[in-house]
Amino acid sequence: MDYVINLLSVSLYEGLAYGFVTLGVYITFRVLAFPDLTVDGSFPLGGAVAATLIVSGVNPWLATLVAFIAGICAGLATSLLNTKLRINALLAGILMMVSLYSINLAIMGRSNVSVLRNATVFKQTAQLFGIKSTTILSIIFMVVLTIVILGILNWFLRTEIGLALRATGDNGQMVRGLGVSTDMTTIIGVSLSNGLVALAGGLIAQKQGFSDVGMGIGMIVMGLASVIIGERLFRPRGITTILFAVIGGSLVYRLFLGIALRLGLPPNNLKLSTALLVIIALAIPYIQKKVRGEWMPPAKRM
Amino acid sequence: MDKNQSLMKLSKVSKVFLKGSVDEVTALDNIRLDVGAEDFITVIGSNGAGKTTLLNVISGVYPPEKGGKITINGQDVTRLSEHKRARYVSRVYQNPHIGTAAKMTVEENMSLAMLHGQSRGLRIATNKKYRELFRSVLAPLGLGLEDRISALVGTLSGGQRQALSLVMATISKPSLLLLDEHVATLDPKTNRIVLELSEMIVQKEKMTTIMVTHNMKHALRYGNRLTMMHKGKIIVDIHQEKKSNLSVNDLVVAFEHASGERFSDDSIMLRNADS
Repeated sequence: MDYVINLLSVSLYEGLAYGFVTLGVYITFRVLAFPDLTVDGSFPLGGAVAATLIVSGVNPWLATLVAFIAGICAGLATSLLNTKLRINALLAGILMMVSLYSINLAIMGRSNVSVLRNATVFKQTAQLFGIKSTTILSIIFMVVLTIVILGILNWFLRTEIGLALRATGDNGQMVRGLGVSTDMTTIIGVSLSNGLVALAGGLIAQKQGFSDVGMGIGMIVMGLASVIIGERLFRPRGITTILFAVIGGSLVYRLFLGIALRLGLPPNNLKLSTALLVIIALAIPYIQKKVRGEWMPPAKRM
Repeated sequence: MDKNQSLMKLSKVSKVFLKGSVDEVTALDNIRLDVGAEDFITVIGSNGAGKTTLLNVISGVYPPEKGGKITINGQDVTRLSEHKRARYVSRVYQNPHIGTAAKMTVEENMSLAMLHGQSRGLRIATNKKYRELFRSVLAPLGLGLEDRISALVGTLSGGQRQALSLVMATISKPSLLLLDEHVATLDPKTNRIVLELSEMIVQKEKMTTIMVTHNMKHALRYGNRLTMMHKGKIIVDIHQEKKSNLSVNDLVVAFEHASGERFSDDSIMLRNADS
């Protein structure tokens, strides 16, 4: 029984924390139709910034906020490469992802930084409420933070700018015709997305007790897998339900992962399994059409 | 206000594609056009005559070649980008998919269009007052759109989407409306509904309009001024009084006279059969 509770609580906590990555991936891939690979670099960027600042004595709350802002800057760089220098979106993301590897090493000064002995947002909240068990507290903490962020996003994506941002990925030509710069909406969206991803990186680093330069590998694939699970499982309609479905997808993904690990999936095969999950999910529509004898256009290359 | 004051002036507007290559094309060749505020101009011409390029240059998709100049309401807009020029210009495209966003609802699409050419802020984009307004402008179309205000646009038919595009393009009352073969892909019945709707809105709002069409009968029936393009030039420009007495045959004669070529564009002739 303990074992089930443990599995559920870890999945819940991690699912919510990685839920911010999923929200970020959702904003770029789905809302903007901008396949942004910066994520693999901005996630460890958030971890590196938060951990380094905390170790040097900065308040963990402030350190987490700075991690969020650092992510926004990474997204800003990627979107400027794309909109102002007209570099293909995929390539712009890859260029930033690679650059961030060096930047993250430079920030930390080595390949990992431990915050096990330092104050973190979780430890400080625990002290505030006088609770010893950090698991329950982490969950409450993440639930509150998730509700706040979902609330802000749900509001923002309904504003005049937010609506233009959503239309950008759907029909950029129309958006320009209506007098909105799609460069501007792309910059806002990609920056916001990477801010959320770095925020998750900063929180995960504090929870696990260290930041590592390799902690971002496979983040995009994980985020995509969660988005797909959320969409297929909850079939959302309308922006509010979509946001909840995306977080739900992240929770379900973590739960599956936890179960698979318990059942003996070697942790080394984790990324491969996630990639396979995404490949299967993306290939299903094609295979279904093939079986029904329908035609599908060749995949886009760029 | 003067009668038919000038709204837009194009002078020495040219556009060359693939410059310097063997496939160099002069899509627009030194165009001069003075559009009056009360004009509803129809533009006709065969494929490759430069009709769509003309609309692209007017709406700012790309700038004209050096030396060309476009003024709207006396203001030089030649170098203004597409989204900045949207303050003056609104456009309905041939493809209904370009005028509307499929993954958003009718209401969200209309809300986007309400702020055509204006700055956008952090106010919630949809509200009850707008919803009432949207219902009241969609109901007269007779397409049932007023009851599908929260439906995703991707679930509408091509005709419904194009009617919606038209309403979206005109709801903010732009100075200049561009219709780019906007009924060409519709079936004959919706084709007529959308065309009549266009004329109704243009007359009611007194919008300056340029309508590109492939169909000679449409070019004759609608508007107060008819122009014909050929190889990047405007070769025929006929105003009100003369236009009302024209027939398709007169147009063919006018074309042959102005271009010095025999009229042989099958696509134009064939398209006249469908309405």
